[in-house]
Amino acid sequence: MDFSIILSQTLTQAIGITAIIYCLAAIGLNVQFGYTGLLNFGQVAFVAAGAYAVGVIVFTFDLSLWLAILVGVVAATLLALLLGIPTLRLRADYLAIVTIAASELLRLLVRSIAFKDIFGGAQGLNGKLGQQFHDLNPLPIDFQPLPILTWTRQDIWVVIVGWLLVALFTLLVWGLVRSPWGRVVKGIREDEDAVVSLGKNVFVYKMQALVLGGIIGAFGGIVWAVAKQSVQPDTFQPDFTFFVYTILLLGGAARVFGPIVGTIIFWFLLTGIGEVLSQAINAGYIDFLSSTDVGSIRFILMGLGLMLLMIFRPQGIFGDRKELALDAR
Amino acid sequence: MPASTLDPDAPPGRRAAFAALADVDCLPGSAKPDPILVADHVSRQFGGLKAVDVNHVEIQRGAITALIGPNGAGKTTLFNLLTGFDKPDSGKWTFNDRQIAGTAPYRLARMGMVRTFQLTKALSRMTVMDNMRLGAKGQTGERFFASLLPFTWKAQEAANEKRALDLLARFNLDAKVDDFAGSLSGGQRKLLEMARALMTSPEIIMLDEPMAGVNPALTQSLLGHIKNIREEGTTVLFVEHDMDMVHDISDWVIVMAQGEIIAEGPPDAVMKDSQVIDAYLGAHHDKALTSDGAALTNTPAGDTQ
Ligand SMILES: Nc1ncnc2c1ncn2[C@@H]1O[C@H](COP(=O)(O)OP(=O)(O)OP(=O)(O)O)[C@@H](O)[C@H]1O
Ligand SMILES: [Mg+2]
Repeated sequence: MDFSIILSQTLTQAIGITAIIYCLAAIGLNVQFGYTGLLNFGQVAFVAAGAYAVGVIVFTFDLSLWLAILVGVVAATLLALLLGIPTLRLRADYLAIVTIAASELLRLLVRSIAFKDIFGGAQGLNGKLGQQFHDLNPLPIDFQPLPILTWTRQDIWVVIVGWLLVALFTLLVWGLVRSPWGRVVKGIREDEDAVVSLGKNVFVYKMQALVLGGIIGAFGGIVWAVAKQSVQPDTFQPDFTFFVYTILLLGGAARVFGPIVGTIIFWFLLTGIGEVLSQAINAGYIDFLSSTDVGSIRFILMGLGLMLLMIFRPQGIFGDRKELALDAR
Repeated sequence: MPASTLDPDAPPGRRAAFAALADVDCLPGSAKPDPILVADHVSRQFGGLKAVDVNHVEIQRGAITALIGPNGAGKTTLFNLLTGFDKPDSGKWTFNDRQIAGTAPYRLARMGMVRTFQLTKALSRMTVMDNMRLGAKGQTGERFFASLLPFTWKAQEAANEKRALDLLARFNLDAKVDDFAGSLSGGQRKLLEMARALMTSPEIIMLDEPMAGVNPALTQSLLGHIKNIREEGTTVLFVEHDMDMVHDISDWVIVMAQGEIIAEGPPDAVMKDSQVIDAYLGAHHDKALTSDGAALTNTPAGDTQ
């Protein structure tokens, strides 16, 4: 077994572009679910909105990437309003049903033949989506990628800006949740009626949280489109949202650093398990599995791990046990 | 009029309420000299059950009014309707002469009409202090963009905190300031909820069974607090099953049974009312409603008028 390859692969994934995308989605979900208690099961739709904004504006209409980012933010806001206005006055589970349905509906819409000219159908949109961003890359042309992390010069530029975005949004969330605004949304998570009885317009706060979380998620999609230079409808499946929930629970919901810790652990474990298994199979240590099984085995092990975590440390890595142990009577 | 007595050392709020209510008829729906809340034809049906069917009711400003009635009489439902937490099938009501039927509950709270819940709603995973801070009205820091600029709300926050500490001390919760509300006992949660409601500086506070689960030693001081609320000019409307307590603190008592208001009057008179005793104890009874026998038994109807 080659541990240097395992380590390099694992580290690259744990703090790489994919991790950044998931982390942004998780920061958004933390605002919605962690702090406000909104059951958004369609976070992937917001990510897709950001990614497709870049795809459509830059590729289909051949306009500026900066405009695309603006469109992504507007699209996420509109989507949040569309989902929130009919559901946020109702019981919490309505939002859950509507968001998961809407995320699938959007995916089927963008991959449909009818809108192929705009969204590119099942193949999606592939081209120089992030060129304007990559043109700004300040790293020297002959930049030597780091020895242990298997990134290209272009990747590193995305990773730097990506983590800066993560830091920026984490700071924003930190500022919000320690303020009286954060107190109101946490109150809504605990008991909406109590907060209403104290004169707060709960609907507006829930909407603000949904919009903000959606916009942060859309930035995940923007990073995706810019880094991978392609958007494809079938990458925006509902399981994306469930991985984001896993990340949030791993790191600890309603913790400012929960999404970051959760993301790194999630991708570290997922990749690490996969790499170790493949190498063990290739080296003949494990003969009852083939290397094609690795993809699913690692998710099975992740699931098992999550179950153990929920049993022995339900508050997540960072959570406060005392807080969780309180029954919400 | 039955002889309702006024304690010679009664505080001014009690005197004023007593004087204002002295000439009010002891009839369901009777008019009050200065009503803060007036409801007309408020009804709410659950399936085949008429939970609330109130023709007319007025709540006197600055007084402590008790709303009593057997289990299932519709007291909580009436609270829910008046405060906008439930929608009536019909009815209109005014608060400070303003029509408020159909107004969103958060707006009513901002207008000064605050209620607590029979099933306590402490915000468990927040500290006692955060529960209290949440009650304060008009907070700059609760606005999305202002919240990111602490200098715009720090001073206000400090002032609210001071007020919260005062209130918590009054309700014997000052030792619990930094504990999670979820770690409080049932009775302490009732106290917290009441203190939190007072943080909104309401004009009328509507308490749904504030004493339920509060130990007798604390009940006395709690009664004192409720009287103090009146002395500070706040109107109190509360639901309570303990007749001794009702007798002790209320200026006026409204009795509900099966959704309707069946009697009204000063505590002494109401507790002697045979209709009320019937509603509580059934038609055949030989018990008094209060432990000191304030309510005589088998009083013929009409005696109290
Ligand atoms: N949401 C509801 N759905 C159906 N029936 C209800 C509902 N809420 C109340 N009821 C019914 O309405 C009637 C009045 O209930 P309410 O809670 O107002 O009584 P209450 O006077 O507060 O009683 P208690 O003193 O026991 O608290 C009861 O018969 C109850 O079963
Ligand atoms: Mg009740």
